[in-house]
Amino acid sequence: MPHDHHDHPHSLLPSDPALRVKALETLLTRKGLVHPEALDAIIDTYENKIGPRNGAHVVVKAWTDPEFKAALLADATAVVSELGYYGRQGEHMVAVENTDTQHNMVVCTLCSCYPWPLLGVPPAWYKSDAYRARAVREPRKVLSDFGVSLPDDVAVRVWDSTAEVRYLVIPQRPAGTEGWNEDALMALVTRNSMIGTGLALLPEQVSE
Amino acid sequence: MTRPHDMGGRFGDGPVLQDPNEQVFSQEWHARALAVTLAAGSLGQWNIDVSRHARELLSPKDYARFSYYEKWVSALADLLVEKGIVTRDELAGAEPTPSPLADRALQADRVATVLAAGGPADRPSDVAAVFRNGDAVKTRRMPSNRLIDGGHTRLPKYAAGARGRVVRCHGAHVLPDSSAHGFGEAPEPLYAVAFPASALWAHPEHPRDEVVLDLWQSYLEPVE
Repeated sequence: MPHDHHDHPHSLLPSDPALRVKALETLLTRKGLVHPEALDAIIDTYENKIGPRNGAHVVVKAWTDPEFKAALLADATAVVSELGYYGRQGEHMVAVENTDTQHNMVVCTLCSCYPWPLLGVPPAWYKSDAYRARAVREPRKVLSDFGVSLPDDVAVRVWDSTAEVRYLVIPQRPAGTEGWNEDALMALVTRNSMIGTGLALLPEQVSE
Repeated sequence: MTRPHDMGGRFGDGPVLQDPNEQVFSQEWHARALAVTLAAGSLGQWNIDVSRHARELLSPKDYARFSYYEKWVSALADLLVEKGIVTRDELAGAEPTPSPLADRALQADRVATVLAAGGPADRPSDVAAVFRNGDAVKTRRMPSNRLIDGGHTRLPKYAAGARGRVVRCHGAHVLPDSSAHGFGEAPEPLYAVAFPASALWAHPEHPRDEVVLDLWQSYLEPVE
């Protein structure tokens, strides 16, 4: 039920956020509800094991294998699951492809939904009020905050993640990368290019 | 009619600032906040819609001033008390009593399995899909929960009363408006609906730009 408390219980905890978390973790540990080693394992997962390299792997396979790309666009959940990229906050995946005439960009205006198994936990800017508020109304001005300017003949489609479906943008493959191997191509696929606030890097941007 | 989380389209927030050197967790307490929230969620005492709604129930003042993980941990504390899992006295520092749920606590060796299992939201449903790709639809005028006043919904106010067209059929998914309030999962068809920017904004940036939202069938009505 929606209870509009005027005295939220959280105000009983210390107001400093670091102390607030510590107090709650300590309480839950003492009650037997949380094991600190399990918390360490969760943190290790998102700090070291699950991150945007997973998404970059998917993008590069889509760039280099037309059958993979067709399958990905038809049923991304099945395809990324086969690569081992299924999990929490990625249960229902859709891949959307940038083309010469359409650019895709992903936001969650209501909270901060994000495809964790493919991109890890979201960066601070993705969770910011400014991004959540502006991405749907003025995506091109937001893109300019990221140094991206789109030609007038490219339409922008912003995906507001209002359900449990998570979207992965397949950026366009840069010219001049024919014959590159998977590792070299993956270095071009930035996290932001898979959210749609960036483009894949150009060969000259990684040659230094 | 909505709550402070419903900020899509709002003016005045300034530029989107990114930190090129950002770490996955910029503060250690961010990591602990995420982990303790996930571990508490795995006790199985609520679902994702309940936990989202708990964050939305923060007062507008707290919602605006709290950082992301402060919202998480504060809403978690509120939820733990609401569900009777911890007491207000315990939050305030009283000697804690052992919890009867302790045997459900997430063990370290189960973490990988639990995170990999996820929590899919698609379900079999008796509600027949009435829209198909390409159909013109209109969202309902009020972005409000129809089951309970002030309740959870995933129809943002910026998209209320707008005309769009169905671009994807996702199958039937749990209805958050029901699931967040203990009224059952009430699965129904979910669609991706594309709206021309001109249907949403007074000054769209480009005539061909669109916004796509995932919307449940009961959020939509047909357009002749």
